[in-house]
Amino acid sequence: MLYREAGDYKKTYAEDSQTFPLKLDRYGYYTILFVAFLVVPFVINDYWASAILIPFLIFSIAALGLNILTGYCGQVSLGTGGFMAVGAYASYKLMTSFPDLNFMIIVLLSGVITAGVGVIFGLPSLRIKGFYLAVATLAAQFFLIWLFNKVGWFYNYSASGQITAPKREMFGFEVTGPSASAEAKYLFVLVLVVGLAWMARNLTRGRIGRSWMAIRDMDIAAEIIGVNPLKTKLVAFAVSSFYIGISGSLFFTVYLGAVEVGEAFGILKSFLVLFMIIIGGLGSIFGSFIGAAFLVVMPVLLKNVMVGMLGWPIDLAAHVELVIIGFLIMFTLILEPHGVAQLWRVTKQKLRLWPFPH
Amino acid sequence: MKLKKLAAYAVAATMAASPVLAELVFPSLSYRTGPFGANGAEVADGFADYMTLLNERDGGIGGVMTRVIECETGYSTEKGVECYEATKGEGALIYQPLSTGMTYQLIPKTAADGIPMLTTGYGRTSAANGQVFPWTFNFPANYWNGASAAVNYMLGENDGSLEGKTVALLYHNSAYGKEPIPTLEALAEIYGFDLTLLPIDSPGQEQKSQWLQIRREKPDYALLWGWGVMNQVAIQEASNIRFDMNNFIGVWWSGSENDVIPAGMAADGYKALTFHAVGTDFPMFDDLQQYVVGAGLAAGTGENVGTVLYNRGMYGAMLAAEAVKVAQEMNGVAQIDAGMMRQGLENLEINDENMAAIGLQGFGPNFEVSCENHGGPGLVAVQQWDATAQEWSIISDFAPSNMDVIQPLIDADSAAFAAESGIVPGCM
Repeated sequence: MLYREAGDYKKTYAEDSQTFPLKLDRYGYYTILFVAFLVVPFVINDYWASAILIPFLIFSIAALGLNILTGYCGQVSLGTGGFMAVGAYASYKLMTSFPDLNFMIIVLLSGVITAGVGVIFGLPSLRIKGFYLAVATLAAQFFLIWLFNKVGWFYNYSASGQITAPKREMFGFEVTGPSASAEAKYLFVLVLVVGLAWMARNLTRGRIGRSWMAIRDMDIAAEIIGVNPLKTKLVAFAVSSFYIGISGSLFFTVYLGAVEVGEAFGILKSFLVLFMIIIGGLGSIFGSFIGAAFLVVMPVLLKNVMVGMLGWPIDLAAHVELVIIGFLIMFTLILEPHGVAQLWRVTKQKLRLWPFPH
Repeated sequence: MKLKKLAAYAVAATMAASPVLAELVFPSLSYRTGPFGANGAEVADGFADYMTLLNERDGGIGGVMTRVIECETGYSTEKGVECYEATKGEGALIYQPLSTGMTYQLIPKTAADGIPMLTTGYGRTSAANGQVFPWTFNFPANYWNGASAAVNYMLGENDGSLEGKTVALLYHNSAYGKEPIPTLEALAEIYGFDLTLLPIDSPGQEQKSQWLQIRREKPDYALLWGWGVMNQVAIQEASNIRFDMNNFIGVWWSGSENDVIPAGMAADGYKALTFHAVGTDFPMFDDLQQYVVGAGLAAGTGENVGTVLYNRGMYGAMLAAEAVKVAQEMNGVAQIDAGMMRQGLENLEINDENMAAIGLQGFGPNFEVSCENHGGPGLVAVQQWDATAQEWSIISDFAPSNMDVIQPLIDADSAAFAAESGIVPGCM
């Protein structure tokens, strides 16, 4: 009744092959976009932007990227933190070397540079798989962090080794720097998220996505039917690193403004994004968003509930937060090993039949 | 155990502005968890206890009660940003983030939001130049003073010459640890000693390779620029390779009881820098016992009163409170705002008279803050750990540092920041 294809006739091939064939899905998607673009900027304040929405959106981009690589193409990667660092340092060098370059171009170029680096570190994937590839990407993580710490050129030889994002504007509104308004930063990141998510959705349901999934499921069979493993895996690394590089660039320029590479892009970031896609659901666009929300927004929410509402001491709250997040992760994976996105898929399936059981 | 003070936080989503009460708000971006938690907790306790003392004994500052909002950052920059955004709307008067990384982050933000930041003995050293950093203060001493003071102490022990000696710097591989390097390199050229740089990745639990190198190279002196668990491990490793503790000097963040007690008797003789006194031999501590610890209002258990880091937290709170008094006097109102607080900080004067009035005479050096100098006098002493008596004692005078080496470095660094951020240097 609510959620049916019945009665919904498609008159063109374009309509028939759209991403959201069911009307309710489409309208839900449009509503979310409407709220995100036209309602939130008017009610947002600095705290919501800096502590909740912008980190959530930025990590959604990173989770999308890693999901493409690990979820759709099956190449386990623990180098996410390092690639985010590449994105951040690429933006820094571009911003300081070319002060007049448009900021959006800088962010996209950082993504492209990270894609290049990602392809280089993805070359081992042609010979090693699974756990061993994870170790090779772990090497990428540590190498990149060491590189950015050691080579002075990357941080313009500053004494502290920290990089700071200079002020940049889009359409007259500042988006980086301390005086950037919450709305401007939020909208800039949102535009990128929507664009990249749209691109990811269409890549993954097209020919390239199918070749990724073929490699993931059975790479030898895929090779036999004509999927080129070299090209496919490297394209997966490239696209994934493009996303992660953009995420790292935004993390540095829009969200934090100044980073220390060891602390901001360490191994913990790699694990964080990996956990996001595992909790959210491997091989699912929606899952990337859910995972990002789970691991970025939930800790802040818990802290505000425990310290703000219940008035607990802050160290107790911090430790209990770790316990709760860990417990929720275990709980989710035991109940639904395929992640929250699978729960959502099952719900939709049941909804299609509702109120009938089968 | 924990108290009503701490329970009154309104850290919850500040969508609506909270009602304006007559209160002086001091956010405390502390960390009681993580690898730096043990040290951070002591500093936060000292800070909170001093503010509680002012409320209980004096009824606040100038008649207005103080409120400390503690927010757990876990030494993570992201949480620091979240805590800053959550508390800045509460009428925050001053920020003391206790993390050099967070300080670098917050310097432009606090300047844009108009809230002063006091980073006593940490943070960005070139913030001493108040003409480029009007909203950031780092009196009474900064890292370059510390580096110079360590070198001066070593010179004192070697009859004024360090020619041919080797000094190893073990530093936390972050902005904090890298701070002294330019000064030390400059001093190495002047005094002719060799400087070996040994970075230790955060959090610093793995130091075997660095100490192996020290065992091989046998430097004459080792300087430690660590924090949290890195200090304990370093001192333990130093005792393992039987490095002479008398030649092992840590910066003021590497000289607390938490760092030396785990190594036991082996840490005897370890030295550290300091910019304030140690111990509880001051009248204010009697008041603290009476009004705070005795009344069960202490932020911690009350056992860490008088430890090095507790004293440091308390010193930071004291400087903030004194600045509030100056601001109240300058503006004629008791309920000051952040802009007035900045004025108070820039016109702060610590002398024997007002220190005696609060019962802390001799606790720290006397100094005056001015627009040109937000960094204080840079007077640093050396303290030494006595493992049998389990206490620190100051073994040198509060001596000045090589400002003719440091000042040009400050000027150059602040000029670079001003150029990068488009700031026109000048006094506010």
